[in-house]
Amino acid sequence: MQRIRVLVAKPGLDGHDRGARVVARALRDAGMEVIYTGLRQTPEDIAEAAVQEDVQVVGLSILSGAHNTLVPRVLEQLRAKGAGDVLFLVGGIIPEEDVEYLKGAGVHAVFGPGTSTDDIVTFIKSHVKG
Amino acid sequence: MRSVDEIVNGVLEGCRRALARAITIVENEQEGYEEILKRIYPHTGHAYIVGLTGAPGVGKSTLVDRLAKVARAHGHSVGILAVDPTSPFSGGAILGDRVRMQSHAGDPGVFIRSLATRGHLGGLSRASGGVIQLMDAAGRDLILVETVGSGQSEVEIMRYAHTVVVVVIAGLGDEVQMIKAGILEIGDVFCVNKADREGSDRTVADLRMLSENCSEGWIPPVVKTQARSGEGVDQLYQAIIGHRQYLDSTGHMRHRQLRSAEADIRDIMIEHVVDRTLDLARRDQALDGLLARLTARQTDPYQAAKYLLNAYGSQILRVYEGDVE
Repeated sequence: MQRIRVLVAKPGLDGHDRGARVVARALRDAGMEVIYTGLRQTPEDIAEAAVQEDVQVVGLSILSGAHNTLVPRVLEQLRAKGAGDVLFLVGGIIPEEDVEYLKGAGVHAVFGPGTSTDDIVTFIKSHVKG
Repeated sequence: MRSVDEIVNGVLEGCRRALARAITIVENEQEGYEEILKRIYPHTGHAYIVGLTGAPGVGKSTLVDRLAKVARAHGHSVGILAVDPTSPFSGGAILGDRVRMQSHAGDPGVFIRSLATRGHLGGLSRASGGVIQLMDAAGRDLILVETVGSGQSEVEIMRYAHTVVVVVIAGLGDEVQMIKAGILEIGDVFCVNKADREGSDRTVADLRMLSENCSEGWIPPVVKTQARSGEGVDQLYQAIIGHRQYLDSTGHMRHRQLRSAEADIRDIMIEHVVDRTLDLARRDQALDGLLARLTARQTDPYQAAKYLLNAYGSQILRVYEGDVE
């Protein structure tokens, strides 16, 4: 039986993961297996964990403002390791004007403050079969 | 990377992506999983398998992380299998062991995979045996298996591990808790972690008394550790090596191998005969009627089981005639 496996990770230096944990719980309650890797991950750590855990979805939580730098690096590492086909989501404090840039870089969806966790669950379930 | 050929070859070459994909296929019992396990089997049997078990919060993940570090320093490659519980309500899980296994970033010599129990009891997931074999075939020298936080009866790990490390901390119970049957009986090595806690020396003394009184042959050593700082982890590693040497030098290793080989066959036979009998009965629509009669107390479970085996057993066995080489 297949389950949707999601990696939830926090790249970079911000030290606040309440949002990431709320999302992780919501995904668990929606029947997904969530691999949570904790704070201060490098893009390479995240990509390697995604490979080893063979997840279909990677979700990054970024509150530091460094998303335009970090996100392309994580995507680059994922592609280099042969895992560029994952569904790639970003959440956190992302200004509206950066959304288009991130999507252009390969992000499938950006979930900013105020997003309902149901929306995230629905988006994942409509893009990945479990 | 889709075909069984590519995946099997990838695993045998030690490719991490192939190994990860193979684990998924085996865990989900997707098409091709039996074929993959069959083909890697001749390449297994080289890894040394260590299980770590103990109550939630005693520090198993951190200890696994530190043990992996020591093993790397000795030049061994490491596979880590970390099991966490599946929610009985949603079927989902949060697999958080990696949070405490961060020492190996960028080291290709450490491969970590988190598994959810998916309803399996006993402290592991149903796929654990297959996943261990895959890591073994991929050339991992040492495989560390971390069970779910367990209580008194999650003893399945002893079936797979050569050495079982039972991790405890001081203050979890009195001496009577210790002499109950179960998890403490399966320890080949005891580890009193968070040894800066009050009462640790007492716990060590209690465990020593227990292991010296109860065992013949191997006396499980008791090691004090503080996993977070790494204190005592070298001694723990040496205690594991000591147990391995004991197994090798006494013929116990051979005994364990035979026992686990039998358990492997038994599982597969149960799966084939039991599950397929039920499938056939379901397809014939015979099962529904039987279950209805059972719930109406018109028959009993013993009678029903014999009826099904008698009705479908020979049909199932014939299926395998052409399969046996």
